[in-house]
Amino acid sequence: MKQLSTKVTSNAHGQDSSYFLGWEEYEKNPYDETKNPNGIIQMGLAENQLCFDLIETWLAKNPDAAGLKKDGQSIFKELALFQDYHGLPEFKKALAEFMEEIRGNRVTFDPTKIVLAAGSTSANETLMFCLAEPGDAFLLPTPYYPGFDRDLKWRTGAEIVPIHCSSSNGFQITESALQQAYQQAQKLDLKVKGVLVTNPSNPLGTMLTKRELNLLVDFITSKNIHLISDEIYSGTVFGFEQFVSVMDVLKDKKLENSEVSKRVHVVYSLSKDLGLPGFRVGAIYSNDEMVVSAATKMSSFGLVSSQTQYLLSALLSDKKFTGTYLNENQKRLKIRQKQLVSGLEAAGVTCLKSNAGLFCWVDMRHLLDTNTFEAELELWKKIVYEVKLNISPGSSCHCTEPGWFRVCFANMSEETLDLAMKRLKEYVESTDSSRMISKSSHERIRSLRKRTVSNWVFRVSWTDRVPDER
Amino acid sequence: MDLLSRKATCNSHGQDSSYFLGWEEYEKNPYDAIKNPHGIIQMGLAENQLCFDLLESWLAHNPDAASFKRDGQSIFRELALFQDYHGLSSFKNALADFMSENRGNRVSFDPNNLVLTAGATSANETLMFCLADPGDAFLLPTPYYPGFDRDLKWRTEVEIVPIQCSSTNGFRITKLALEEAYEQAKKLNLNVKGVLITNPSNPLGTTTTETELNILFEFISKHKNMHLVSDEIYSGTAFSSSEFISVKEILKNNQLENTDVFNRVHIVYSLSKDLGLPGFRVGAIYSNDKDVISAATKMSSFGLVSSQTQYLLSALLSDKKFTKNYLRENQKRLKNRQRKLVSGLDAIGIGCLKSNAGLFCWIDMRHLLNSNTFEAEMDLWKKIVYEVKLNISPGSSCHCEEPGWFRVCFANMSEETLKLALKRLKRFVSDEISMRNCQHSESQRLKSSRKKTMTTVSNWVFRLSFHDREAEER
Repeated sequence: MKQLSTKVTSNAHGQDSSYFLGWEEYEKNPYDETKNPNGIIQMGLAENQLCFDLIETWLAKNPDAAGLKKDGQSIFKELALFQDYHGLPEFKKALAEFMEEIRGNRVTFDPTKIVLAAGSTSANETLMFCLAEPGDAFLLPTPYYPGFDRDLKWRTGAEIVPIHCSSSNGFQITESALQQAYQQAQKLDLKVKGVLVTNPSNPLGTMLTKRELNLLVDFITSKNIHLISDEIYSGTVFGFEQFVSVMDVLKDKKLENSEVSKRVHVVYSLSKDLGLPGFRVGAIYSNDEMVVSAATKMSSFGLVSSQTQYLLSALLSDKKFTGTYLNENQKRLKIRQKQLVSGLEAAGVTCLKSNAGLFCWVDMRHLLDTNTFEAELELWKKIVYEVKLNISPGSSCHCTEPGWFRVCFANMSEETLDLAMKRLKEYVESTDSSRMISKSSHERIRSLRKRTVSNWVFRVSWTDRVPDER
Repeated sequence: MDLLSRKATCNSHGQDSSYFLGWEEYEKNPYDAIKNPHGIIQMGLAENQLCFDLLESWLAHNPDAASFKRDGQSIFRELALFQDYHGLSSFKNALADFMSENRGNRVSFDPNNLVLTAGATSANETLMFCLADPGDAFLLPTPYYPGFDRDLKWRTEVEIVPIQCSSTNGFRITKLALEEAYEQAKKLNLNVKGVLITNPSNPLGTTTTETELNILFEFISKHKNMHLVSDEIYSGTAFSSSEFISVKEILKNNQLENTDVFNRVHIVYSLSKDLGLPGFRVGAIYSNDKDVISAATKMSSFGLVSSQTQYLLSALLSDKKFTKNYLRENQKRLKNRQRKLVSGLDAIGIGCLKSNAGLFCWIDMRHLLNSNTFEAEMDLWKKIVYEVKLNISPGSSCHCEEPGWFRVCFANMSEETLKLALKRLKRFVSDEISMRNCQHSESQRLKSSRKKTMTTVSNWVFRLSFHDREAEER
């Protein structure tokens, strides 16, 4: 008889240590402006470090919130004892209002339909437990956040079937891709329980268009399945267009109280918008009473610390703060993204036009030796070892085309970003002169075996790293 | 096609609302010394409210810890970004030391073998995911914490098979009961992956004896690949730390370090009971098995402890002057408070299991039952909730095999409130006794299988009803 569970023993299989390179190299040799100026710059971590000053200022002006006091009186005891899985009402109310603010107050969120979770990692897994049986499948557009392989599948036994998106249309979801994914699932004898999208997208940094959202709502209506919209990056939208949530679409289509609306669930978190991944604050929003009820009980396995709920209820209840913060956050992200985009341009590298997120989806296909994932990995290693930048290769995100990389821009200073771009430019210029490549789209080799191996190894290797580097 | 999973929908089936009475009644009519002196007194919540003054005093003297400062400098940013599932090392170090202190420093804990989780609720579930596959079983001595039915079984699909303990020997685990449970599991075609105990016990309030621990170790030595999980969440509530024997000590004293048993014994801990901080969601798994640690660490992604909280508690627990004083004072106050409950009950003619730990007593009200049945237990319980206005936990909710036992908490209220609760109970008991000329005879205890069936119904309904309530009322 086995000593440990299958979940434990299977995970250890097939770890290919070469894929740990990026992270390990970074940890061995982390860049520091003064102490280690030639070290590796971390560009693989989707953190938002641009607005801490705003939060720290607020904390300094409002010491009660962290000091476990209310109007100068200690509420330590009350908070220490508060473990109600319905959550701190003031916090859920403030969170609901914050979510509304992010969506321009066009839609409303009912605090009683919010279920708090320890980060969206927990929220997503909990939703899987509520919506899918072991062996059921969810369809996800590629490329997607590598962590989903663990979060959605590991302990739940659920499967992911990719909706293949391609650069030919900016990686947008098409009807035919959706249908193909659905049919593929059926071929694999998997019951499809729903579609999960990240909007704005990680790793693309783009918002789903109204067309795509309508397509998705129509699709789940016709198939009688669920739609989960992970809107963790909703507050990182900096383009001219406003963020369109799936909730907006339900409202526009007058589906708010319909049966379909019960099958649309939103996941949120404060890890990206507020830059607080350490505080473990996530949420599920659902119009289905039973989902809210079951998810609430399941949240017992990952409640948010009452100390943290209290602090954030005070922070988010301050509307002056939230208004200023969202504005400023947008502004700074936009500037920083522009800096990255122009820096890349100077190096002859383009990226997918984006208007959200903490990263860009960078096109380095022209730097590949061959249009293969092996070449992508070779390029990646060079960028880690020689250019000394840790960026995320597209294959780790299940991208079907080699040569795309996710590069983060909000987790470092302006100067560091400048330096990173300089290094990249130098590298590109030095390799340009030694290689002549002509790229043709016909040369795109579809090696299923290679892709499967890459993805599988990546999935396994990425699950071994620090969890929430989205 | 079913829209929701079975896990989501089965929980709502068959809810019998009559069992919500206790909680609902309390919430409708909660006792308050001034505002509602005739309300229901909550005695079903295993909270430790006796030492908040010590914590608050420490906080007042150490404001940096809660304000994201270290030596006067802000470390807010660092904490806001810290999401490493290996946990804050200063916190794990302090927690490991605290756990040793709890055991009189007779054993030491390696922080590298600790996995932090959002409460023991998360720790226990995670251990199940690591040690068992769906359909496997763990053996648990009865009576046990009702929450285990959800925590160990719900999403993991692991089964619980009870090790039946009886009042004839103080509910101690016997070799026979253990073997019988194992056989029962085999009959049900279940693969037994291990035994899980709570030491000190909830709801008994007793520390597991050396004899019992030896029986358990013998059992897992005999059955290869069998695990022993010891939930030591109440370790700091033992009135005297010399009376508490952790499985860690057995491993040391029996020199099991280089045997394969070493890797099959795991400890669960939490700060919810000893420190009275259930809201902060701090739990831990301790294991010598590298693979368990590695997998549990990754799984902790689903329930990490807030870095804000890790930092506050690392400062608190690193203060050895504080921890030493706290542990001693906590023990003293718990012992005093338990004494008050025990003597108060004694004066009413109600006995309880002799206990030396925990935040509750396991009280014997068999003599107040109309009949030796769980129906009678339910009737008595309703009377106590509605008439006596005390919310206590009936033994059937803890899967106790014998009707008439109740868990009564003593550490979640003031001394005055406890006095009042005892006064009310006294009045009730004297009324009951004068009303019924009840001769309680040992030989009249009926063992009817029909009643056993009803036990199953009771437990099942209780399990469901308790699921619907607040999560962690251990």
